[in-house]
Amino acid sequence: MQRFINDPDLVVEDTVKGFVKAHSDIVRLAENPRVVVAKDAPFAGKVGVVTGGGSGHEPAFIGYTGKNMLDAVAVGELFSSPTAKSFHDAIREANGGKGVVVLYGNYAGDNMNVKMAAKLAAKDGIEIATVVANDDVCSAPPEEREKRRGVAGEIFMWKMGGAKAATGASLEEVRATAQKAIDNCRSIGVGLGPCTLPAVGHPNFQIEPGTMEVGIGHHGEPGVRVEKLKTAEEVARDMVKIVLDDHNLPEGTEVAVLVSGLGATPLNELYILNDTIESEISARGLKIVKTWIGNYFTSLEMVGATLTVMALDDELKTLLEVETRCTMAL
Amino acid sequence: MQTFDNASSGAIVLSMAERIVENRAYLSEIDGKIGDGDHGVNMAKGFGMAAERLKGKDASLAVSLDTLGTVLMTEIGGSMGPLYGVMFTEFAETIESVEKIDAAAYSKMLHAGLAGIQSIGSAKVGDKTLLDTFVPAVEAFDTATAGGKSFDEALVALVAAAEAGRDSTINLVAKIGRASRLGERSLGVLDAGATSCAIILKELSDGARARLA
Repeated sequence: MQRFINDPDLVVEDTVKGFVKAHSDIVRLAENPRVVVAKDAPFAGKVGVVTGGGSGHEPAFIGYTGKNMLDAVAVGELFSSPTAKSFHDAIREANGGKGVVVLYGNYAGDNMNVKMAAKLAAKDGIEIATVVANDDVCSAPPEEREKRRGVAGEIFMWKMGGAKAATGASLEEVRATAQKAIDNCRSIGVGLGPCTLPAVGHPNFQIEPGTMEVGIGHHGEPGVRVEKLKTAEEVARDMVKIVLDDHNLPEGTEVAVLVSGLGATPLNELYILNDTIESEISARGLKIVKTWIGNYFTSLEMVGATLTVMALDDELKTLLEVETRCTMAL
Repeated sequence: MQTFDNASSGAIVLSMAERIVENRAYLSEIDGKIGDGDHGVNMAKGFGMAAERLKGKDASLAVSLDTLGTVLMTEIGGSMGPLYGVMFTEFAETIESVEKIDAAAYSKMLHAGLAGIQSIGSAKVGDKTLLDTFVPAVEAFDTATAGGKSFDEALVALVAAAEAGRDSTINLVAKIGRASRLGERSLGVLDAGATSCAIILKELSDGARARLA
Protein backbone atom coordinates (compact mmCIF):
# COMPACT_ATOMS: atom_id res chain seq x y z
CA MET A 1 0.00 0.00 0.00
CA GLN A 2 1.28 3.46 -0.86
CA ARG A 3 1.28 6.07 1.88
CA PHE A 4 1.90 9.73 2.49
CA ILE A 5 4.51 9.49 5.22
CA ASN A 6 7.99 10.83 5.85
CA ASP A 7 9.45 8.50 8.44
CA PRO A 8 7.48 5.50 9.74
CA ASP A 9 8.76 6.24 13.24
CA LEU A 10 7.54 9.85 13.12
CA VAL A 11 4.01 9.30 11.89
CA VAL A 12 2.42 10.50 15.11
CA GLU A 13 4.65 13.57 15.48
CA ASP A 14 3.97 14.62 11.90
CA THR A 15 0.23 13.99 12.23
CA VAL A 16 -0.07 16.15 15.34
CA LYS A 17 2.01 18.93 13.79
CA GLY A 18 -0.21 19.09 10.73
CA PHE A 19 -3.36 18.86 12.82
CA VAL A 20 -2.43 21.75 15.07
CA LYS A 21 -1.42 23.91 12.10
CA ALA A 22 -4.77 23.31 10.42
CA HIS A 23 -6.87 23.94 13.50
CA SER A 24 -5.10 26.65 15.45
CA ASP A 25 -8.45 28.42 15.82
CA ILE A 26 -9.71 25.49 17.91
CA VAL A 27 -6.72 23.81 19.53
CA ARG A 28 -3.19 24.43 20.68
CA LEU A 29 -0.27 22.16 21.45
CA ALA A 30 0.82 21.85 25.08
CA GLU A 31 4.44 22.12 26.10
CA ASN A 32 4.34 18.32 25.89
CA PRO A 33 4.02 17.74 22.11
CA ARG A 34 1.92 14.66 22.85
CA VAL A 35 -0.89 16.71 24.39
CA VAL A 36 -3.46 18.63 22.33
CA VAL A 37 -5.46 21.24 24.25
CA ALA A 38 -8.63 23.22 23.49
CA LYS A 39 -7.47 26.69 22.52
CA ASP A 40 -8.63 28.61 25.59
CA ALA A 41 -8.45 25.77 28.15
CA PRO A 42 -8.28 25.53 31.08
CA PHE A 43 -11.59 27.15 31.93
CA ALA A 44 -11.73 28.42 35.50
CA GLY A 45 -14.58 26.93 37.47
CA LYS A 46 -15.35 24.22 34.89
CA VAL A 47 -14.62 20.53 35.33
CA GLY A 48 -11.84 19.60 32.92
CA VAL A 49 -12.63 16.81 30.46
CA VAL A 50 -9.72 14.70 29.24
CA THR A 51 -9.17 11.63 27.13
CA GLY A 52 -6.28 9.96 25.41
CA GLY A 53 -5.48 6.94 23.35
CA GLY A 54 -3.30 5.47 20.67
CA SER A 55 -3.01 7.25 17.34
CA GLY A 56 -4.22 5.86 14.03
CA HIS A 57 -7.89 6.41 14.91
CA GLU A 58 -8.14 9.96 13.54
CA PRO A 59 -10.16 12.04 13.86
CA ALA A 60 -10.28 10.34 17.29
CA PHE A 61 -9.01 11.33 19.73
CA ILE A 62 -7.55 14.75 18.93
CA GLY A 63 -10.38 15.77 16.60
CA TYR A 64 -12.77 15.97 19.53
CA THR A 65 -10.71 18.57 21.36
CA GLY A 66 -12.55 21.86 21.59
CA LYS A 67 -15.21 23.93 23.22
CA ASN A 68 -17.88 21.95 25.11
CA MET A 69 -16.12 18.68 24.28
CA LEU A 70 -12.63 17.65 25.37
CA ASP A 71 -10.33 20.14 27.05
CA ALA A 72 -7.17 18.11 26.53
CA VAL A 73 -6.15 14.90 24.80
CA ALA A 74 -3.10 12.70 25.43
CA VAL A 75 -1.65 11.31 22.21
CA GLY A 76 -0.07 7.85 22.06
CA GLU A 77 1.94 6.02 19.42
CA LEU A 78 -0.04 4.28 16.70
CA PHE A 79 -2.43 1.85 18.42
CA SER A 80 -0.54 2.26 21.69
CA SER A 81 -1.60 4.01 24.90
CA PRO A 82 -0.18 7.46 25.65
CA THR A 83 2.34 7.59 28.47
CA ALA A 84 1.30 8.25 32.04
CA LYS A 85 3.21 11.52 31.69
CA SER A 86 1.11 12.60 28.70
CA PHE A 87 -2.14 11.73 30.51
CA HIS A 88 -0.82 13.65 33.52
CA ASP A 89 0.11 16.67 31.42
CA ALA A 90 -3.30 16.57 29.72
CA ILE A 91 -4.98 16.56 33.14
CA ARG A 92 -2.93 19.58 34.20
CA GLU A 93 -3.74 21.46 31.01
CA ALA A 94 -7.45 20.81 31.54
CA ASN A 95 -7.53 21.67 35.22
CA GLY A 96 -9.69 24.72 35.88
CA GLY A 97 -9.73 24.15 39.62
CA LYS A 98 -12.92 22.11 39.73
CA GLY A 99 -11.44 18.68 39.14
CA VAL A 100 -10.79 16.71 35.97
CA VAL A 101 -12.65 13.72 34.57
CA VAL A 102 -10.71 11.28 32.38
CA LEU A 103 -12.99 9.50 29.89
CA TYR A 104 -11.09 6.72 28.13
CA GLY A 105 -11.39 3.29 26.54
CA ASN A 106 -10.96 -0.09 28.20
CA TYR A 107 -7.50 -1.22 27.09
CA ALA A 108 -4.75 -2.63 29.30
CA GLY A 109 -2.24 0.12 28.53
CA ASP A 110 -4.70 2.97 28.93
CA ASN A 111 -5.91 1.54 32.23
CA MET A 112 -2.37 1.45 33.59
CA ASN A 113 -1.26 4.81 32.30
CA VAL A 114 -4.41 6.60 33.46
CA LYS A 115 -4.05 4.98 36.88
CA MET A 116 -0.48 6.24 37.19
CA ALA A 117 -1.40 9.68 35.84
CA ALA A 118 -4.27 9.96 38.33
CA LYS A 119 -1.81 9.27 41.15
CA LEU A 120 0.53 11.97 39.87
CA ALA A 121 -2.35 14.44 39.47
CA ALA A 122 -3.57 13.70 42.99
CA LYS A 123 -0.13 14.75 44.21
CA ASP A 124 -0.67 18.08 42.41
CA GLY A 125 -3.89 18.43 44.39
CA ILE A 126 -6.15 17.89 41.35
CA GLU A 127 -9.31 15.94 42.04
CA ILE A 128 -9.72 13.15 39.46
CA ALA A 129 -12.62 10.99 38.35
CA THR A 130 -12.52 8.37 35.60
CA VAL A 131 -14.96 6.62 33.31
CA VAL A 132 -13.89 3.62 31.24
CA ALA A 133 -15.74 2.99 28.00
CA ASN A 134 -16.81 -0.58 27.25
CA ASP A 135 -19.37 -0.32 24.48
CA ASP A 136 -18.00 -2.99 22.10
CA VAL A 137 -20.58 -5.76 22.33
CA CYS A 138 -18.55 -8.51 20.66
CA SER A 139 -15.43 -8.14 22.79
CA ALA A 140 -16.90 -10.01 25.77
CA PRO A 141 -20.20 -11.60 26.76
CA PRO A 142 -22.81 -9.53 28.67
CA GLU A 143 -21.89 -11.09 32.03
CA GLU A 144 -18.32 -9.85 31.54
CA ARG A 145 -19.20 -6.36 30.38
CA GLU A 146 -16.32 -4.89 32.39
CA LYS A 147 -13.95 -6.66 29.98
CA ARG A 148 -15.41 -5.11 26.86
CA ARG A 149 -13.34 -2.67 24.81
CA GLY A 150 -14.23 0.94 24.31
CA VAL A 151 -14.89 1.92 20.71
CA ALA A 152 -16.90 4.60 18.90
CA GLY A 153 -19.31 4.98 21.82
CA GLU A 154 -16.48 6.93 23.43
CA ILE A 155 -17.44 9.84 21.18
CA PHE A 156 -20.91 9.97 22.74
CA MET A 157 -19.32 9.67 26.20
CA TRP A 158 -17.07 12.67 25.43
CA LYS A 159 -19.98 14.62 23.97
CA MET A 160 -22.12 14.07 27.06
CA GLY A 161 -19.29 14.57 29.54
CA GLY A 162 -18.14 17.73 27.76
CA ALA A 163 -21.65 19.14 27.48
CA LYS A 164 -22.41 18.37 31.12
CA ALA A 165 -19.18 20.04 32.24
CA ALA A 166 -20.13 23.11 30.18
CA THR A 167 -23.28 23.51 32.29
CA GLY A 168 -21.07 24.14 35.33
CA ALA A 169 -21.81 20.72 36.85
CA SER A 170 -19.63 19.25 39.59
CA LEU A 171 -16.97 16.60 39.00
CA GLU A 172 -19.25 13.88 40.35
CA GLU A 173 -22.15 15.05 38.19
CA VAL A 174 -19.98 15.07 35.05
CA ARG A 175 -18.62 11.63 35.88
CA ALA A 176 -22.10 10.23 36.46
CA THR A 177 -23.44 11.64 33.19
CA ALA A 178 -20.47 10.34 31.18
CA GLN A 179 -20.89 6.95 32.86
CA LYS A 180 -24.58 6.92 32.00
CA ALA A 181 -23.80 7.87 28.41
CA ILE A 182 -21.39 4.97 27.90
CA ASP A 183 -23.66 2.56 29.78
CA ASN A 184 -26.35 3.54 27.27
CA CYS A 185 -24.09 2.80 24.28
CA ARG A 186 -23.58 -0.45 22.40
CA SER A 187 -21.32 -0.79 19.37
CA ILE A 188 -20.23 -3.35 16.81
CA GLY A 189 -17.61 -3.35 14.09
CA VAL A 190 -17.44 -5.34 10.87
CA GLY A 191 -14.08 -5.62 9.12
CA LEU A 192 -13.58 -6.27 5.42
CA GLY A 193 -9.86 -5.59 5.12
CA PRO A 194 -6.86 -5.31 7.49
CA CYS A 195 -4.60 -2.38 8.34
CA THR A 196 -0.84 -1.99 8.63
CA LEU A 197 1.28 -0.10 11.13
CA PRO A 198 3.81 1.75 8.93
CA ALA A 199 6.75 0.81 11.18
CA VAL A 200 5.78 -2.86 11.04
CA GLY A 201 5.20 -2.84 7.29
CA HIS A 202 2.74 -5.68 6.88
CA PRO A 203 -0.82 -6.25 8.11
CA ASN A 204 -0.88 -7.99 11.46
CA PHE A 205 -4.06 -9.82 10.69
CA GLN A 206 -5.73 -11.05 7.53
CA ILE A 207 -9.23 -11.02 6.23
CA GLU A 208 -9.48 -13.45 3.35
CA PRO A 209 -11.03 -12.04 0.17
CA GLY A 210 -14.73 -12.83 0.06
CA THR A 211 -15.02 -12.94 3.86
CA MET A 212 -15.68 -10.49 6.67
CA GLU A 213 -14.92 -10.39 10.39
CA VAL A 214 -18.07 -9.69 12.41
CA GLY A 215 -17.34 -7.99 15.72
CA ILE A 216 -13.84 -6.81 14.79
CA GLY A 217 -12.08 -4.45 17.21
CA HIS A 218 -10.52 -1.08 16.58
CA HIS A 219 -7.05 -2.59 16.19
CA GLY A 220 -8.13 -5.65 14.25
CA GLU A 221 -8.93 -7.70 17.33
CA PRO A 222 -10.82 -10.75 16.06
CA GLY A 223 -14.55 -10.69 16.20
CA VAL A 224 -17.07 -13.33 17.06
CA ARG A 225 -17.05 -14.95 13.65
CA VAL A 226 -15.55 -14.87 10.20
CA GLU A 227 -18.11 -15.42 7.50
CA LYS A 228 -18.77 -15.01 3.82
CA LEU A 229 -19.18 -11.40 2.73
CA LYS A 230 -22.87 -10.60 2.40
CA THR A 231 -24.85 -7.74 0.92
CA ALA A 232 -24.88 -4.42 2.76
CA GLU A 233 -28.47 -5.03 3.70
CA GLU A 234 -27.68 -8.36 5.35
CA VAL A 235 -24.61 -6.95 7.11
CA ALA A 236 -26.52 -3.95 8.40
CA ARG A 237 -29.36 -6.13 9.64
CA ASP A 238 -26.87 -8.31 11.47
CA MET A 239 -25.12 -5.30 13.03
CA VAL A 240 -28.40 -3.90 14.31
CA LYS A 241 -29.44 -7.29 15.64
CA ILE A 242 -26.20 -7.83 17.56
CA VAL A 243 -26.28 -4.33 19.05
CA LEU A 244 -29.96 -4.24 19.97
CA ASP A 245 -30.20 -7.82 21.23
CA ASP A 246 -27.50 -6.86 23.72
CA HIS A 247 -29.06 -3.48 24.44
CA ASN A 248 -32.55 -4.76 25.18
CA LEU A 249 -34.28 -1.36 25.00
CA PRO A 250 -37.98 -0.92 25.66
CA GLU A 251 -40.10 0.03 22.66
CA GLY A 252 -40.40 3.76 22.21
CA THR A 253 -36.88 4.48 23.48
CA GLU A 254 -35.24 7.41 21.76
CA VAL A 255 -31.75 6.73 20.41
CA ALA A 256 -28.81 8.45 18.77
CA VAL A 257 -27.00 6.53 16.03
CA LEU A 258 -23.39 6.77 14.89
CA VAL A 259 -22.17 4.93 11.80
CA SER A 260 -18.42 5.31 11.38
CA GLY A 261 -16.08 4.10 8.70
CA LEU A 262 -12.89 2.35 9.81
CA GLY A 263 -10.61 4.28 7.46
CA ALA A 264 -10.78 2.89 3.95
CA THR A 265 -14.48 2.44 3.40
CA PRO A 266 -16.00 5.15 1.22
CA LEU A 267 -18.79 7.26 2.67
CA ASN A 268 -21.33 6.10 0.14
CA GLU A 269 -21.10 2.57 1.53
CA LEU A 270 -21.83 3.91 5.00
CA TYR A 271 -24.98 5.49 3.63
CA ILE A 272 -25.91 2.21 1.98
CA LEU A 273 -25.52 0.49 5.35
CA ASN A 274 -27.53 3.20 7.06
CA ASP A 275 -30.44 2.74 4.71
CA THR A 276 -31.04 -0.64 6.31
CA ILE A 277 -29.77 0.34 9.79
CA GLU A 278 -32.39 3.06 10.02
CA SER A 279 -35.24 0.80 8.91
CA GLU A 280 -34.19 -2.02 11.22
CA ILE A 281 -33.89 0.22 14.28
CA SER A 282 -37.25 1.84 13.55
CA ALA A 283 -38.84 -1.57 12.96
CA ARG A 284 -37.94 -2.46 16.53
CA GLY A 285 -40.03 0.42 17.78
CA LEU A 286 -37.12 2.70 18.64
CA LYS A 287 -37.13 6.36 17.72
CA ILE A 288 -33.97 7.74 16.11
CA VAL A 289 -33.45 11.31 17.28
CA LYS A 290 -30.27 11.92 15.35
CA THR A 291 -27.81 10.02 13.16
CA TRP A 292 -24.16 10.79 12.45
CA ILE A 293 -22.41 9.19 9.50
CA GLY A 294 -18.77 9.60 8.58
CA ASN A 295 -15.24 8.68 9.51
CA TYR A 296 -15.57 9.49 13.20
CA PHE A 297 -13.34 6.79 14.68
CA THR A 298 -11.04 4.95 12.29
CA SER A 299 -8.38 2.25 12.40
CA LEU A 300 -5.71 3.41 9.95
CA GLU A 301 -6.77 2.05 6.55
CA MET A 302 -8.97 -0.75 7.77
CA VAL A 303 -11.91 -1.50 5.50
CA GLY A 304 -15.09 -1.75 7.49
CA ALA A 305 -17.64 0.10 9.57
CA THR A 306 -18.95 0.39 13.09
CA LEU A 307 -22.43 1.02 14.41
CA THR A 308 -23.09 2.64 17.78
CA VAL A 309 -26.54 3.08 19.29
CA MET A 310 -26.98 5.24 22.38
CA ALA A 311 -30.24 5.21 24.32
CA LEU A 312 -31.33 8.70 25.31
CA ASP A 313 -33.13 9.97 28.37
CA ASP A 314 -34.24 13.56 28.95
CA GLU A 315 -30.85 14.65 30.25
CA LEU A 316 -28.84 13.07 27.42
CA LYS A 317 -31.27 14.40 24.85
CA THR A 318 -30.85 17.94 26.18
CA LEU A 319 -27.05 17.58 26.29
CA LEU A 320 -27.05 16.32 22.72
CA GLU A 321 -28.20 19.80 21.70
CA VAL A 322 -25.26 21.59 23.33
CA GLU A 323 -23.18 23.11 20.59
CA THR A 324 -19.57 21.95 20.31
CA ARG A 325 -16.66 23.52 18.57
CA CYS A 326 -14.14 20.90 17.57
CA THR A 327 -12.89 19.67 14.20
CA MET A 328 -15.45 16.86 14.27
CA ALA A 329 -18.47 18.73 15.52
CA LEU A 330 -21.12 16.55 17.07
CA MET B 1 30.48 -14.29 49.55
CA GLN B 2 30.15 -13.34 45.90
CA THR B 3 29.18 -9.76 45.07
CA PHE B 4 29.37 -7.37 42.15
CA ASP B 5 30.05 -3.71 42.14
CA ASN B 6 27.16 -1.28 41.65
CA ALA B 7 29.26 1.74 40.60
CA SER B 8 31.06 0.00 37.72
CA SER B 9 28.19 -2.11 36.38
CA GLY B 10 26.13 0.45 34.47
CA ALA B 11 27.30 -1.10 31.21
CA ILE B 12 24.96 -4.02 31.88
CA VAL B 13 22.07 -1.73 30.98
CA LEU B 14 23.82 -0.70 27.76
CA SER B 15 24.25 -4.31 26.66
CA MET B 16 20.65 -5.01 27.64
CA ALA B 17 19.57 -2.15 25.39
CA GLU B 18 21.72 -3.56 22.58
CA ARG B 19 20.02 -6.96 22.84
CA ILE B 20 16.57 -5.38 22.79
CA VAL B 21 17.41 -3.24 19.77
CA GLU B 22 18.87 -6.30 18.01
CA ASN B 23 15.63 -8.15 18.66
CA ARG B 24 13.41 -5.33 17.40
CA ALA B 25 12.09 -7.24 14.38
CA TYR B 26 11.87 -10.58 16.21
CA LEU B 27 9.81 -9.17 19.10
CA SER B 28 7.49 -7.37 16.72
CA GLU B 29 7.04 -10.52 14.69
CA ILE B 30 6.01 -12.55 17.74
CA ASP B 31 3.74 -9.75 18.88
CA GLY B 32 2.20 -9.52 15.42
CA LYS B 33 0.91 -13.08 15.66
CA ILE B 34 -1.43 -12.30 18.55
CA GLY B 35 -0.96 -8.60 19.25
CA ASP B 36 -0.55 -5.62 17.01
CA GLY B 37 3.09 -6.16 16.15
CA ASP B 38 4.66 -3.11 17.71
CA HIS B 39 6.32 -4.60 20.79
CA GLY B 40 9.78 -4.67 19.25
CA VAL B 41 9.38 -1.21 17.78
CA ASN B 42 8.34 0.36 21.08
CA MET B 43 10.87 -1.56 23.17
CA ALA B 44 13.72 -0.73 20.81
CA LYS B 45 12.68 2.91 20.83
CA GLY B 46 12.68 3.13 24.63
CA PHE B 47 15.81 1.10 25.28
CA GLY B 48 17.62 2.86 22.44
CA MET B 49 16.67 6.25 23.85
CA ALA B 50 17.90 5.27 27.31
CA ALA B 51 21.18 3.97 25.86
CA GLU B 52 21.71 7.30 24.09
CA ARG B 53 21.34 9.10 27.40
CA LEU B 54 23.71 6.73 29.18
CA LYS B 55 26.49 6.39 26.61
CA GLY B 56 29.83 7.72 27.86
CA LYS B 57 28.36 8.59 31.26
CA ASP B 58 29.96 5.67 33.12
CA ALA B 59 26.90 5.63 35.38
CA SER B 60 26.35 3.09 38.15
CA LEU B 61 23.95 0.19 37.69
CA ALA B 62 21.39 1.91 39.93
CA VAL B 63 21.56 5.18 37.99
CA SER B 64 21.45 3.36 34.65
CA LEU B 65 18.40 1.33 35.68
CA ASP B 66 16.71 4.50 36.91
CA THR B 67 17.40 6.26 33.61
CA LEU B 68 16.01 3.32 31.67
CA GLY B 69 12.92 3.08 33.88
CA THR B 70 12.25 6.80 33.65
CA VAL B 71 12.58 6.84 29.86
CA LEU B 72 10.22 3.89 29.51
CA MET B 73 7.68 5.45 31.82
CA THR B 74 7.77 8.95 30.36
CA GLU B 75 8.46 8.29 26.67
CA ILE B 76 6.98 4.88 25.88
CA GLY B 77 3.29 4.37 26.40
CA GLY B 78 1.31 1.24 25.74
CA SER B 79 1.39 -1.41 28.45
CA MET B 80 5.10 -2.10 28.32
CA GLY B 81 6.16 1.47 29.07
CA PRO B 82 4.56 1.59 32.50
CA LEU B 83 5.18 -2.07 33.37
CA TYR B 84 8.90 -2.14 32.57
CA GLY B 85 9.21 1.48 33.66
CA VAL B 86 7.99 0.64 37.13
CA MET B 87 10.10 -2.52 37.23
CA PHE B 88 13.36 -0.75 36.41
CA THR B 89 12.75 2.23 38.69
CA GLU B 90 11.95 -0.19 41.53
CA PHE B 91 15.15 -2.14 40.74
CA ALA B 92 17.08 1.14 40.87
CA GLU B 93 15.55 2.33 44.11
CA THR B 94 16.31 -0.94 45.88
CA ILE B 95 20.02 -1.01 45.05
CA GLU B 96 20.57 2.76 45.10
CA SER B 97 22.64 2.76 48.29
CA VAL B 98 24.11 -0.73 47.93
CA GLU B 99 27.80 -0.59 47.05
CA LYS B 100 28.43 -4.32 46.64
CA ILE B 101 25.42 -6.24 45.40
CA ASP B 102 25.15 -9.72 46.91
CA ALA B 103 22.55 -12.43 46.34
CA ALA B 104 20.29 -11.03 49.07
CA ALA B 105 20.32 -7.54 47.56
CA TYR B 106 19.74 -8.98 44.09
CA SER B 107 16.74 -10.93 45.32
CA LYS B 108 15.36 -7.87 47.10
CA MET B 109 15.74 -5.92 43.86
CA LEU B 110 13.87 -8.55 41.83
CA HIS B 111 11.05 -8.71 44.35
CA ALA B 112 10.66 -4.92 44.40
CA GLY B 113 10.42 -4.89 40.59
CA LEU B 114 7.85 -7.66 40.65
CA ALA B 115 5.80 -5.89 43.31
CA GLY B 116 5.91 -2.71 41.21
CA ILE B 117 4.55 -4.54 38.18
CA GLN B 118 1.82 -6.16 40.23
CA SER B 119 0.81 -2.81 41.71
CA ILE B 120 -0.24 -1.42 38.32
CA GLY B 121 -1.10 -4.53 36.31
CA SER B 122 -3.61 -7.18 37.21
CA ALA B 123 -2.05 -10.24 35.53
CA LYS B 124 -1.31 -13.49 37.32
CA VAL B 125 1.06 -16.32 36.46
CA GLY B 126 -0.53 -18.37 33.68
CA ASP B 127 -2.18 -15.38 31.97
CA LYS B 128 0.45 -15.43 29.18
CA THR B 129 2.34 -12.30 30.14
CA LEU B 130 5.84 -11.31 31.21
CA LEU B 131 4.99 -12.61 34.69
CA ASP B 132 5.26 -16.16 33.32
CA THR B 133 8.94 -15.41 32.80
CA PHE B 134 9.55 -13.19 35.79
CA VAL B 135 7.86 -15.08 38.63
CA PRO B 136 9.50 -18.50 38.08
CA ALA B 137 12.85 -16.77 37.52
CA VAL B 138 12.70 -15.04 40.90
CA GLU B 139 11.50 -18.26 42.55
CA ALA B 140 14.36 -20.24 41.03
CA PHE B 141 16.87 -17.67 42.25
CA ASP B 142 15.48 -17.70 45.79
CA THR B 143 15.27 -21.49 45.88
CA ALA B 144 18.89 -21.79 44.75
CA THR B 145 20.22 -19.39 47.36
CA ALA B 146 18.06 -20.90 50.09
CA GLY B 147 19.51 -24.28 49.13
CA GLY B 148 23.02 -23.01 49.72
CA LYS B 149 23.93 -22.37 46.07
CA SER B 150 26.35 -19.56 45.27
CA PHE B 151 25.23 -16.23 43.77
CA ASP B 152 26.71 -17.39 40.47
CA GLU B 153 24.80 -20.69 40.50
CA ALA B 154 21.60 -18.93 41.53
CA LEU B 155 21.93 -16.56 38.55
CA VAL B 156 22.33 -19.54 36.22
CA ALA B 157 19.18 -21.06 37.72
CA LEU B 158 17.37 -17.74 37.28
CA VAL B 159 18.16 -17.51 33.57
CA ALA B 160 17.18 -21.13 32.95
CA ALA B 161 13.87 -20.64 34.75
CA ALA B 162 13.20 -17.38 32.89
CA GLU B 163 13.69 -19.10 29.54
CA ALA B 164 11.57 -22.08 30.55
CA GLY B 165 8.90 -19.65 31.73
CA ARG B 166 9.05 -17.78 28.45
CA ASP B 167 8.63 -21.08 26.55
CA SER B 168 5.71 -22.05 28.76
CA THR B 169 3.70 -19.19 27.27
CA ILE B 170 3.45 -21.12 23.98
CA ASN B 171 0.94 -23.43 25.63
CA LEU B 172 -0.99 -20.74 27.42
CA VAL B 173 -4.20 -18.96 26.44
CA ALA B 174 -3.87 -15.20 26.91
CA LYS B 175 -6.03 -13.93 29.76
CA ILE B 176 -5.11 -10.27 29.76
CA GLY B 177 -4.11 -7.50 27.38
CA ARG B 178 -4.84 -7.31 23.69
CA ALA B 179 -4.02 -10.97 22.98
CA SER B 180 -6.69 -12.07 25.46
CA ARG B 181 -9.33 -11.03 22.94
CA LEU B 182 -8.15 -13.98 20.86
CA GLY B 183 -8.99 -16.65 23.41
CA GLU B 184 -7.92 -20.10 22.19
CA ARG B 185 -6.43 -18.53 19.08
CA SER B 186 -3.56 -17.24 21.24
CA LEU B 187 -2.34 -20.82 21.81
CA GLY B 188 0.84 -21.99 20.11
CA VAL B 189 2.57 -18.61 20.09
CA LEU B 190 5.14 -17.12 22.46
CA ASP B 191 4.07 -14.06 24.41
CA ALA B 192 6.09 -11.06 23.31
CA GLY B 193 6.32 -9.57 26.82
CA ALA B 194 7.46 -12.88 28.27
CA THR B 195 10.08 -13.04 25.52
CA SER B 196 11.46 -9.56 26.09
CA CYS B 197 11.42 -10.18 29.84
CA ALA B 198 13.61 -13.26 29.33
CA ILE B 199 16.06 -11.18 27.31
CA ILE B 200 16.16 -8.52 30.04
CA LEU B 201 16.64 -10.97 32.91
CA LYS B 202 19.30 -12.91 30.99
CA GLU B 203 21.31 -9.78 30.18
CA LEU B 204 21.03 -8.50 33.72
CA SER B 205 22.01 -11.82 35.26
CA ASP B 206 24.78 -12.69 32.77
CA GLY B 207 26.14 -9.17 33.28
CA ALA B 208 26.14 -9.69 37.03
CA ARG B 209 27.83 -13.11 36.69
CA ALA B 210 30.60 -11.69 34.53
CA ARG B 211 31.35 -9.13 37.24
CA LEU B 212 31.18 -11.36 40.31
CA ALA B 213 34.12 -11.18 42.66
